[in-house]
Amino acid sequence: MKPFTYERAESPAAAAKAAALTKGARFIAGGTNLLDLMKLEIEQPTHLIDVGRLPMAAIAPTPEGGLTIGAAATNTAVAAHADVRARYPVLSQAILAGGSPQLRNKASVGGNLLQRTRCAYFYDASKPCNKRAPGSGCGALEGLNRNAAIFGASQACIATHTSDMAVALAALNARVETISPSGDTRSIPLTDLHRLPGDMPHVETVLVPGELITAVTLPPPPVGGQAYRKVRDRASYAGGLASVAVAGGDLALGMVALKPWRAAGAERALRAGASPAEAMAAELEGASPRGRNDFKIPLVARLATAAIHEANGRGA
Amino acid sequence: MRTTITVNGEARSLDLDPRTTLLDALREHLKLTGAKKGCDHGQCGACTVLVNGVRINACLSLAVMHDGDEVISIEGVGTPDRLHPVQVAFLNQDAFQCGYCTPGQICSTLGLLAELEAGHPSQETAPGAKPEFTGDEIRERMSGNICRCSAYPQIVAAIRQAAEQMA
Repeated sequence: MKPFTYERAESPAAAAKAAALTKGARFIAGGTNLLDLMKLEIEQPTHLIDVGRLPMAAIAPTPEGGLTIGAAATNTAVAAHADVRARYPVLSQAILAGGSPQLRNKASVGGNLLQRTRCAYFYDASKPCNKRAPGSGCGALEGLNRNAAIFGASQACIATHTSDMAVALAALNARVETISPSGDTRSIPLTDLHRLPGDMPHVETVLVPGELITAVTLPPPPVGGQAYRKVRDRASYAGGLASVAVAGGDLALGMVALKPWRAAGAERALRAGASPAEAMAAELEGASPRGRNDFKIPLVARLATAAIHEANGRGA
Repeated sequence: MRTTITVNGEARSLDLDPRTTLLDALREHLKLTGAKKGCDHGQCGACTVLVNGVRINACLSLAVMHDGDEVISIEGVGTPDRLHPVQVAFLNQDAFQCGYCTPGQICSTLGLLAELEAGHPSQETAPGAKPEFTGDEIRERMSGNICRCSAYPQIVAAIRQAAEQMA
């Protein structure tokens, strides 16, 4: 690990301001992803601003009938929260499908959203990776790309975003609340938080330097059933090959793009009366597999079809 | 950086490089070598300790983040003369071979039992239901602790025995 200085933030506003003052500063809350990458020296922050103890871990109803979830709430706290389990079961299920209990006990909501990709070329400093070292190339393009994206990728990067939680939040039309170093606050649709790679895969979100996620806000739950399904190489504690979250008529796919992938084409087809299988076929017409990940096309088709049936109460 | 952590009931004040993980603070500075450094990346669970009663990977946390926290490592769970019921159960059920992962398995078990008591769901829990104490629940909830000797059936049996004795 490279040397760094450390401070415990006094408030969200002070944290954002401090982050803008020090080049190379990073926020840390749970640290489960950041410290892993710091040990590999893939992340080399000069200064850590600990936001894990800030009073932004509350989970509370909103006046609109939704729910606000503080960014410092642990993944465990969200998954176990009575309102989340009762009204947003897809969110609880998605969180419980990720990581291990020890990791979920530590990992925060904000950190989960901002976790880095698990692409093997990103993790291996001896290999080219435009996300880790801009301009060095993409080793996954012609390499071991079994887990690569099938939507929204570019010649610069075919990695995926691996959060389970974010997939459920995308299907639930969540918004991300932030505070900037200037003190300004804003609310961003979760589906707009992450950028597709384009020619700048190292720029991963629309957040400005020092902008801190303070909360995630959910609208009232949708009418209709909810379901989360994930396929992975082991039954537990393994990154996903693909996942799907269904919330009423809304649908998001995981581990198929560099962001939680809202399946707008499938949603339109479903609203027009298509069957789940037909709707998924329509969505997957836009997919671009890379060879070793060709299997994701039939996998996602079957997985999402089953999840839509499950949410509609018909099982599968 | 001056950091004070209550470890196994005793306040310990340390002057630490911010890079020091909680695991290294326990092992290298306090000489509490029960928690093990297996993978050092949160994948094996050998470093599991309880922080404010909650199980975490001590390798994926900085000691300075725990100023003011209460940490229980395996040394604070029981002693050779006064074993904790979970330790007795691991002995009775032969729930280890080499023993390297065992401190983490036992601390993780304590966290698991508290989480079940609090009604926390896992992916094996039916949506909306109270979790039941089944083999599938135990296996899912212990998936963050690897045992290369593969004593898994005995570990599940030990957790069952401990839960019965502690009930």
